[in-house]
Amino acid sequence: MQPIKLPEDFVTYPEARKNAFMALKQLKEQGRRVVGTFCTYTPQELVDAADATPVSLCAIGEENIPPAEKELPKNLCPLIKASYGGAITDRCPFFYFSDMVLAETTCDGKKKMYEYLGKLKHTHVMQLPPGQTGAGALAFWKLEIEALRKDLESFYGITISDEKLREAIHLRNRERKAILDYYEVGCLKPSPISGYELNTIITSNEYAFDIEKKIAFLEKRTAELKEKYETECKGKPSRPRILISGCPTHGVIDKVIRRIEELGADVVGFENCCGPREKKDPVDESKDPITAIAEKYLRVNCSVMSPNPGRLEALSQQIDDYQVDGVIEVVLMACHTFAIESDNMKQFVTKEKGIPFLSITTDYSTTDQGQIDTRLGAFIELLG
Amino acid sequence: MKYNIGIDIGSTCAKTVVLDENKNILHRLLQPTGWSSVDTAEAIHTKLSELGVDWEQAAVVATGYGRISVPYADKSVTEITCHGRGACHIFGTQNLTVIDIGGQDTKLICVEDGMVKDFIMNDKCSAGTGRFLEIMANTLGVRPEDLCKLAATGGNTTISSMCTVFAESEVISLIGRGEKQENIAFAVVDSICQKVSTQAGRLDLKGSTVCLTGGLCEFEYLKARLEKSIGASVLACPDGRYAGAIGAALSAAALRK
Repeated sequence: MQPIKLPEDFVTYPEARKNAFMALKQLKEQGRRVVGTFCTYTPQELVDAADATPVSLCAIGEENIPPAEKELPKNLCPLIKASYGGAITDRCPFFYFSDMVLAETTCDGKKKMYEYLGKLKHTHVMQLPPGQTGAGALAFWKLEIEALRKDLESFYGITISDEKLREAIHLRNRERKAILDYYEVGCLKPSPISGYELNTIITSNEYAFDIEKKIAFLEKRTAELKEKYETECKGKPSRPRILISGCPTHGVIDKVIRRIEELGADVVGFENCCGPREKKDPVDESKDPITAIAEKYLRVNCSVMSPNPGRLEALSQQIDDYQVDGVIEVVLMACHTFAIESDNMKQFVTKEKGIPFLSITTDYSTTDQGQIDTRLGAFIELLG
Repeated sequence: MKYNIGIDIGSTCAKTVVLDENKNILHRLLQPTGWSSVDTAEAIHTKLSELGVDWEQAAVVATGYGRISVPYADKSVTEITCHGRGACHIFGTQNLTVIDIGGQDTKLICVEDGMVKDFIMNDKCSAGTGRFLEIMANTLGVRPEDLCKLAATGGNTTISSMCTVFAESEVISLIGRGEKQENIAFAVVDSICQKVSTQAGRLDLKGSTVCLTGGLCEFEYLKARLEKSIGASVLACPDGRYAGAIGAALSAAALRK
């Protein structure tokens, strides 16, 4: 077992979260608007254009599950339960500071949970079409984007101008580029950064409320890592390279991501919503802002969409770009849509791409760490 | 003489195999794991010393869920890799599918050209494992091997619950209803085989050789029933329960290279 090497100034996720709590408290005291969000489908540009700060609400933590299970069923995905549990107990400081919540009808579990969340705080739920390609899907989603604009305007008593939207789009596209460039450091072989550190930086950075500062930080870090590759890594042997796919892995980062690296492989990329999938696809700055936002967010690949061919394309591209030796899919317990897609992914990865595939189903508890370790260990052994 | 030692500390039993440099089995040890893997590892060390193992000439690989509790091991390797390797050695082929029914895990391992290609393990639930059989045998008041013998003469009964705890209450109600012991035993074995064959459906067996390893490999009726449910003939031999330990000992031999 090799411990992961981390830089001296590495900030762990819990530390980042604590710092963010203080930063957000200050913002609130200065009268800043705050909107709580959950998902990659959230059109952040609208929140920005309302002069509000979007903040990711907590969706992890085993301790948030028992309070949620007082109302929600036991056999529900841990991410949904932890989101709700964190909100009702005020353990999620970001929910506490949010003026309102902005959510989307992604999976069945989430949209029904939002009905309960709506009892605690104003919750705007955007209705997503069930597929990206259905007749009227885009037109319908565009109406939902317009409805959100109206709701933000009436909730805050403001007007959101097209000019503000354009500014927000431009800034967020620059942010996307900075995040994407940072992720793509993982394409280098051997990788100059552990997947654990990479994932932690990205999730912690969701709490960097000053986007300009965040972009500057990521650009600096990316340049440092490229430099590190040239001076320390280039030409050296690589450990087996793993691509993560499936459900969000934020809640199982220690249990899965960190363990993979301790057991002898490198996590080089993420083909899930913790990854670059959405960052590769900017909002079209030449179009009318509402149309461009609607088009961009409907293109987000998630298993809630039927069909979901974009995931296979993204997976294929990332396997090639990141020089991947094996794919590990993480499915959170009771996530039906990803669980059903799993066999399709396995066939694609093993038959079309010709590399090994492992799917593990788990939750936020630590009770199955032994079994998870055996699966991960055996998979890394077979990669040689 | 060189000693290549494989120690497989499973949830129920600890298996140890010592191979010489020509891969001949010098010793086999079998003991209950008990509550402490560390104590078990110590006891194995003592026994091996008594058998004359020269530790200066030994390479040790540990496997099984207690693999991290063997302080004198040179390396730990997962039981998946070890079972694959061990089964190839026992059955003399480089291409096979291994069904290992262990105490707390049931594993299906596809091996091609001597390398593990794919595998499946049961989830947290103990359905389809040795533990399931053991609990049901206890409920019926028989030993696990006798349950399998009884099952051969029974039929026409099913257990619908996959969960061990619920299945146990089902067995208790069957007993209460006066169902014949052999019919209940039949249902228990049938339930294990159903579960294993569902798992097997997720792997591409492609008519490859299938073998049964683990503690239940000598249960004739279970093997026969398994053949029926997966629709392929299943190889088994007494050394099957040592497959993990043999694989670990082969890995120990490979460490010398």
